[in-house]
Amino acid sequence: MDATEIGLWGVPLAMLGGAIRVSTPFIFVSLGEAITERSGRINLGLEGTLVFGAMTAYAVAVMTGSPWLGLLAAAAAGLCFGLFHGWICKFRGVNDIAIGIALMLFGSGLAFFFGKPFIQPSAPDLPAIPFGGWSDVPQVQAALSVNVLFLIGAALAVFLWWAFRNTRAGLILRVVGDSSDAARAMGLNPNTVRLLATGLGGALAGIGGAYLSLYYPGSWTEGISSGQGLMAVALVIFARWNPLGCFAAALLFGGAGALGPALQSVGVTQGYYLFYAAPYILTLVIMIATSSPSRSLAGAPGELSITK
Amino acid sequence: MADTVSSASVPVMLGAQGYPTALEWIARRAEAFVIPLAALIVGMALFSLFIALVGKSPMQLYETMWRGGFGSWFSIQNSLSRAAPLLLAALCVALPARLGLVVIGGEGAIVLGGVAAAAMGVATSGAPAFFVILAMGVAGLAAGGIWIGAVGALRHYRAVNETISSLLMAYIAIALINHLVEGPLRDPASLNKPSTEPLAETYRIGNIPGMDVHWGLVVGVIACILSWLLIEKTRWGFAARIAGGNVRAAQVQGLAVGPLIVGFTALAGGFAGLAGMLEVAAVQGSANASLAAGYGYTGILVAFLARHNPLAIIPVAFLLGGIDASGGLIQRRMDLPDATVLVLQGMLFVVILFSETFYGRFKAFNPDLWQRGDLLKGPDLLKGPDLLKGPDLLKGIA
Repeated sequence: MDATEIGLWGVPLAMLGGAIRVSTPFIFVSLGEAITERSGRINLGLEGTLVFGAMTAYAVAVMTGSPWLGLLAAAAAGLCFGLFHGWICKFRGVNDIAIGIALMLFGSGLAFFFGKPFIQPSAPDLPAIPFGGWSDVPQVQAALSVNVLFLIGAALAVFLWWAFRNTRAGLILRVVGDSSDAARAMGLNPNTVRLLATGLGGALAGIGGAYLSLYYPGSWTEGISSGQGLMAVALVIFARWNPLGCFAAALLFGGAGALGPALQSVGVTQGYYLFYAAPYILTLVIMIATSSPSRSLAGAPGELSITK
Repeated sequence: MADTVSSASVPVMLGAQGYPTALEWIARRAEAFVIPLAALIVGMALFSLFIALVGKSPMQLYETMWRGGFGSWFSIQNSLSRAAPLLLAALCVALPARLGLVVIGGEGAIVLGGVAAAAMGVATSGAPAFFVILAMGVAGLAAGGIWIGAVGALRHYRAVNETISSLLMAYIAIALINHLVEGPLRDPASLNKPSTEPLAETYRIGNIPGMDVHWGLVVGVIACILSWLLIEKTRWGFAARIAGGNVRAAQVQGLAVGPLIVGFTALAGGFAGLAGMLEVAAVQGSANASLAAGYGYTGILVAFLARHNPLAIIPVAFLLGGIDASGGLIQRRMDLPDATVLVLQGMLFVVILFSETFYGRFKAFNPDLWQRGDLLKGPDLLKGPDLLKGPDLLKGIA
């Protein structure tokens, strides 16, 4: 079949494929951030964790030849960043937002420092499952070639949604996030729960980074992240701290991010950079539309500094 | 520091505890110098450890850094040139911070200020140089001011978190400048690096006489001094400090918090926009994508290191400008990646933020707690409830 034959249908198709491809790091980072924020802390440093995770995954995959070991290393590195954030924020007077900004710079700096020798060599990719095998159209096949991490992310979203409501750990997390005093009265140590929640959030962000460098775009460069780690934070607010909402919002953002390349693929090059800004504009518009000065956000954890 | 009303201002020779008032006066102010300085030293020490771990000599690194940033008249001028935009970028963080806002999107205001100034320079081309440069400055101020002022307005009137919105707007601003210099404002002659039309030589801002540093440094220093006067010596600054402490209290007092927030954020953004204008008029000669050189992000670090005090920003910007300037030499001499400087900045940032926890904990800085004999007794740090207790990981969960 000829590539031009499906004509303008190529745009929604490319956007669907792009949404699946682009959204995966958003899914992991936003689920991680949802866990962290449910515990009452905000970690803006996930952007740095994402970049460092991307570098670690790529470096380990190059050295060992296994993308899965790379993924594991990225998760471990993310865990370390998360635990560090969680630990340092328990001290009086240490602001979690400011520490997040510092870790954003520090994580990217460290990633660039150690990542220099890995810009050239190529690493093995994470595998994708071709769900488009039934079709002869190459665009359909390309759009439906789904990476395993996307499926894992989807399953994780459902699991977290269930776990927040139905497990003891989920209840503890929500109590700590809603009221430190109530948690202490129950005999819980809020700092410990937040430490673990931030660590877990960091590990998930590391996995999101591994996806960036090992699948799409699939190489390690210093500009690998275009603020996904940060947009994920905004996305969690939009999703009202609900894991299923995070998944849906991540798909939406992925689709917005794929708009520019999709239009370019059918020959629309005018205003390419403006389409490139679509996810940021979308995030901002959603934040404006869903915030209100007179009431706090529905579903917001009571201890969260950004909603106070 | 001026907000600590001290008993030492009573004009007697001895303070309440029987110590000389001069000593009490010094002690109260020493905290603001000693803690950041100690944090700086600890940060440098940690960085030495890092450098030693990757197999290089920390001594050689600091020596190279000194040579590249501060060791000669040439390198000092280089550092001062880099400090100029940092002064203005740091104000973009420090001014809103006095109101309790964390604005980190100064980079966006810088690029938009730069592109607005370049467009204005082209539009008013042919007019007298003084007028053109003034118009460019106003354009830069206005563009940056509107951009960050919008962040403040969204914060106050829509409760949109300013940290996230300002950073999103920085990404949007960078997309916008890419669009403008590739499309509507592109100079057809700029092939490899799309740019706006270059400014005529007469409209460029020159160097301070006798130095290889452009006038932007003077503009930055003046902006810092004016900001300090605004915060410390005017009623708007006083109102801002009240609102920064407690918004509800400020509103109950009848202060117009909304206009205050919008005004301060707009001024902050205006300064960042001015930094972009100076980059265009004094360094680049036209606006292009390299306006997003990271000054906005280093400015965040400068502001936090200076604890959002506009006067302290001046030496800190020089220090970080010097560290920045030495990056190239470190790369060449020591065979380290150019990101070495970023790692140092990140470490300093984390340590500085951590040092916030030590304010008010040292008895030596608080004459009200002085008793004879235990002046140098340590802080109550070790007795603190959970400061040095291990993170008993499993206890809370089980």
